[in-house]
Amino acid sequence: MRDTGAPGEPVIEAKDLGLTFDTNDGPVHALTGVTLRIEKGDFVSFIGPSGCGKTTFLRCVAALEHPTSGTLTVNGMSPDAARQRRAYGYVFQAAGLYPWRTIAGNVKLPLEIMGFSRAEQEERVRNVLELVDLDGFGKKYPWQLSGGMQQRASIARALAFDADILLMDEPFGALDEIVRDRLNEELLKLWARTGKTIGFVTHSIPEAVYLSTKIVVMSPRPGRITDVIDSPLPRARPLDIRDSAEFIAVAHRVREGLRAGHGYDE
Amino acid sequence: MNRLLPILTVVAAIVAIWYVATIWMNAQWTRDQAERAGVELSFRDIVTDTLAQDRPVLPAPHQVVAELWQLTWVEETTGRRGIVKSGTLSNRSLVHHGWLTLSATALGFAIGTGLGFLLAVGIVHNRAMDLSVMPWAIASQTIPILAIAPMIIVVLASVGLTGIVPKAVISAYLSFFPVVVGMVKGLRSPEVAQLDLLRTYSASAAQAFWKLRLPASLPYLFASMKVGIAAALVGAIVGELPVQQGGLGARLLAGSYYGQTAQIWAALFTAAILAALLVGSVGAVERAVLRRQGMAR
Repeated sequence: MRDTGAPGEPVIEAKDLGLTFDTNDGPVHALTGVTLRIEKGDFVSFIGPSGCGKTTFLRCVAALEHPTSGTLTVNGMSPDAARQRRAYGYVFQAAGLYPWRTIAGNVKLPLEIMGFSRAEQEERVRNVLELVDLDGFGKKYPWQLSGGMQQRASIARALAFDADILLMDEPFGALDEIVRDRLNEELLKLWARTGKTIGFVTHSIPEAVYLSTKIVVMSPRPGRITDVIDSPLPRARPLDIRDSAEFIAVAHRVREGLRAGHGYDE
Repeated sequence: MNRLLPILTVVAAIVAIWYVATIWMNAQWTRDQAERAGVELSFRDIVTDTLAQDRPVLPAPHQVVAELWQLTWVEETTGRRGIVKSGTLSNRSLVHHGWLTLSATALGFAIGTGLGFLLAVGIVHNRAMDLSVMPWAIASQTIPILAIAPMIIVVLASVGLTGIVPKAVISAYLSFFPVVVGMVKGLRSPEVAQLDLLRTYSASAAQAFWKLRLPASLPYLFASMKVGIAAALVGAIVGELPVQQGGLGARLLAGSYYGQTAQIWAALFTAAILAALLVGSVGAVERAVLRRQGMAR
């Protein structure tokens, strides 16, 4: 096991982070002054309107974008170094399974690239497919599965090499609400079982409040954090917690934060 | 049956139009002959004559079929130089000439596909090649192949290469292009998210190529290969025109020298049948590969 420290230690730490894209219309400030500390085992949601930089921040953590100012550490090292050490698994909005590979073959992809042995590949594929409730579907091709099942397979793919951090960029954004509710519930179970640190980008206030221990509210132009809410909800969350007074109070604060950031002005 | 019916309908329509055209185009000769002999011809006489001329402007379908049969089965089984009596293919038969063309096509197609594939890989992975190779590849296809074919043959002959190689080079010249264009498109077909995913695994460019780009490009490769193999056949035939050492191209040109229209059409049909077989076999490989990839639904 890699040592990423005891609970309470920062897994992701950003200090005054900024990212400016140079475009033909002049510089675009995708992120400014982002300071955030994510601890081991946290479930952190990033919520805000389009252009607020929530996806950009996640991509910085994954070393898919590189900040132009400030510091960012993942597991106490640079994002690039952390990626080399397989610090995180990334789940994109589209499942992006290879149509020419079976579900098991898709989950195996990172394992092949990272050079796991054949026997270990097989074992890990079996384990993670069970974890996302897809045991028995390994031999199917993606087109034989529903959208929700495909997204579960892509989560299994991100979990296969046992990274401690799971970064999810609107993973359920393309799914209908019924499927989304179920996957949210399953994601919470999975989080409880594995103890991963999860960074989760979403557009949906109920989704953010239901899932998170920490909600980061962001606003655009320039992309910045307007509020960080530590959720008072317990870690074990049945679906009907969404009708409780605490839930509604947190949701209200998120909405206020979004409004304060002028996110809904246009 | 419901697939066969439309095909047969179209074939029947083409044959009918062909017969009408045969009568119409050959009638002038028939009338001239009759005038010289001072004979009056009924319409029935004209039809009978136009469909059975020795050197028609347009041979009738049954004449072409008869010529095809004569120059394949009959020549090989009963001819003095046929394979039955001499042990080797007759140099008069279309089996012999078709084989010459086919072998040059196959060699040229293999070279062209290989070259096109390598160029596409280079173009996708190397910015200098991306900027420099494509314009030349496009320019190469704007030169009429009929103009450049004799030069290729002369240049290669001066370094001692004759026979199948010059023809194969011309085939390759025509067939590499669709493969380059298709493969560049195919290798670039994966979406940004797909490439980002591989970056999150710290995958190398080689791994991205073998695991993502190449499998994603296969449908494009096969589409290009179908165009390429037909172009390769055209190239081989064009390469046979100036040399006159056998092959369907040589038969086409000889036929037009001596006004043997039935011979031309028989050679043309042999080429068309070859093209259909070649494209069909690429399609068969395509189906087999895509089925193995789980893409056949």
